[in-house]
Amino acid sequence: MQKTRHIKPVRFIVEVGILVVIFTLVQYLISAGLLNQYYQINLASICINIILAVSLNLINGFTGQLSLGHAGFMAVGAYASVIMTNYMELPFIVGIAAACLAAALAGFIIGVPTLRLRGDYLAIATLGFGEIIRVVLQNIDYVGGPAGIMGISKMTTWPWLFASVVVTLVVIVNLINSSYGRAIISVREDEIAAELMGVNPTKYKVLAFVVGAMFAGLAGALYAHYFYIIKPETFNFLKSFDILVMVVLGGLGSTTGAVIAAIFITVLTAALQSFPAIRMILYAVILIMVMIYRPQGLMGNRELGRRTFGKVFGSLWGEEK
Amino acid sequence: MMNIEHLHKAFGGLSAVLDFNAHLEEQELIGLIGPNGAGKTTVFNLITGVYKPDEGKIHFANQDITGLPPYEICRRGIARTFQNIRLFNDLTVLDNVRIALHKDVQYPLLSAVFRIPSFFKGEAEMEKKADEFLKIFHLYDKRYEKASSLPYGDQRRLEIARALATNPRLLILDEPAAGMNPNETAELMELIRSIREQFKLTILLIEHDMSLVMGVCERIYVLDYGQIIAEGSPEEIRNNKRVIEAYLGEEVS
Repeated sequence: MQKTRHIKPVRFIVEVGILVVIFTLVQYLISAGLLNQYYQINLASICINIILAVSLNLINGFTGQLSLGHAGFMAVGAYASVIMTNYMELPFIVGIAAACLAAALAGFIIGVPTLRLRGDYLAIATLGFGEIIRVVLQNIDYVGGPAGIMGISKMTTWPWLFASVVVTLVVIVNLINSSYGRAIISVREDEIAAELMGVNPTKYKVLAFVVGAMFAGLAGALYAHYFYIIKPETFNFLKSFDILVMVVLGGLGSTTGAVIAAIFITVLTAALQSFPAIRMILYAVILIMVMIYRPQGLMGNRELGRRTFGKVFGSLWGEEK
Repeated sequence: MMNIEHLHKAFGGLSAVLDFNAHLEEQELIGLIGPNGAGKTTVFNLITGVYKPDEGKIHFANQDITGLPPYEICRRGIARTFQNIRLFNDLTVLDNVRIALHKDVQYPLLSAVFRIPSFFKGEAEMEKKADEFLKIFHLYDKRYEKASSLPYGDQRRLEIARALATNPRLLILDEPAAGMNPNETAELMELIRSIREQFKLTILLIEHDMSLVMGVCERIYVLDYGQIIAEGSPEEIRNNKRVIEAYLGEEVS
């Protein structure tokens, strides 16, 4: 125990150092022109998908509430940020803040009534709400109706993407590894037992839902300001299923699993783009194989963390119990 | 400390609990017995808020707690265990107890997200408290094991530890000795007596193991078909004609 405490600052500096190195390396590759447009787009998609998968995993994996409306919150964030930047001509940071706030608010408004439902019923209700958001956007002329908004200025750069991923991971991992996170997980484990131990299940379901929605909004803002164009159709329920596939593939309740699966699926989709005829078939086959041979997902509910790296790299990280 | 008046609960046309009245004194150890299906667990579920009573009042520590949600009742000082163990199976022994401590969490949510000193202080205190409970129940060595991997007897004891961690004044045990061998039951009896002393608890328990009920309880309520048919000391209950009839049937004359 004493030793661990002694070594913690070292560990912290090493970890921050690794992040700085990754960031600088990619930034160098981009500014030196070594990373062409194709790779840059994939990199952005990976980052956005990581944020989406990790935030949905908080709701589906840790809280155990099956939500199928994640793309809806992404849409709220995308539109809110574009209204701020393109319409009001405010800086990108204001757009991001607006995206997070609007999506969190939407999460709260939708979460309070729907989270009384359980299992399949909750899934259907969130699916419905996700579609409602899309249809509402389709019918507002202010944001372009079904055609959406075009010509959004490209403000999502590598620093924004990197910072957003780091913030998402830090906030969600810190939340889960706290007493509040344990309360959230206890609701998944046994709602009645949790309630009888003094945990208000509704409160923690809504909390997870709001935080998850907030980061989906962040992902939406990044998406809108990278791909120039947003339209309601982009955020239909197929997008929600895409994110859900990442979460299930990575392992419900594993943040590192969600990250790995988000990278894996984004790369897979990109790689299969050259074989348009068999792309969807291959994609489906890979998913089916994983579900047959590893139904708990790539990581199960375990994490790839300090303890694993500690075993690999020795005592530098300190013993994490 | 607790007063239950005219409690009534029906499921469809079946009255599971009919005009149930009981009175608990501070630091009493009370047994609730009765044949299978008599409504004992329903009474526990009514007291702890899992079910809302159709009629009747439950007063606890001079407050009306009838119809409050379970987490609110837990915060007022009533904790329980379950007939079929309901631990958080995928979590460690330590986490099971720490979740019970969550209602008194000492740091705000944002301090957890930003990892400021109050988070580390709060977590350290929580862990220390949880460890104390685990030591009492001889589970400290297994604190990092998954709850589901514990042997049966340990799981039963962990459930009691978890209930105690919510800092209750009234502890409700639903068949704590179910599935235990006579040795384990004897140990459990000792444990129940000692935690009552240590934590100044009132304990209400359901049990089919008569050696345990007669051994530790000071007063016993007997329930049959949702109604109390007898109340008294173990000695009185043992010789009560109606109780014997409820358990063994009437004599053929």
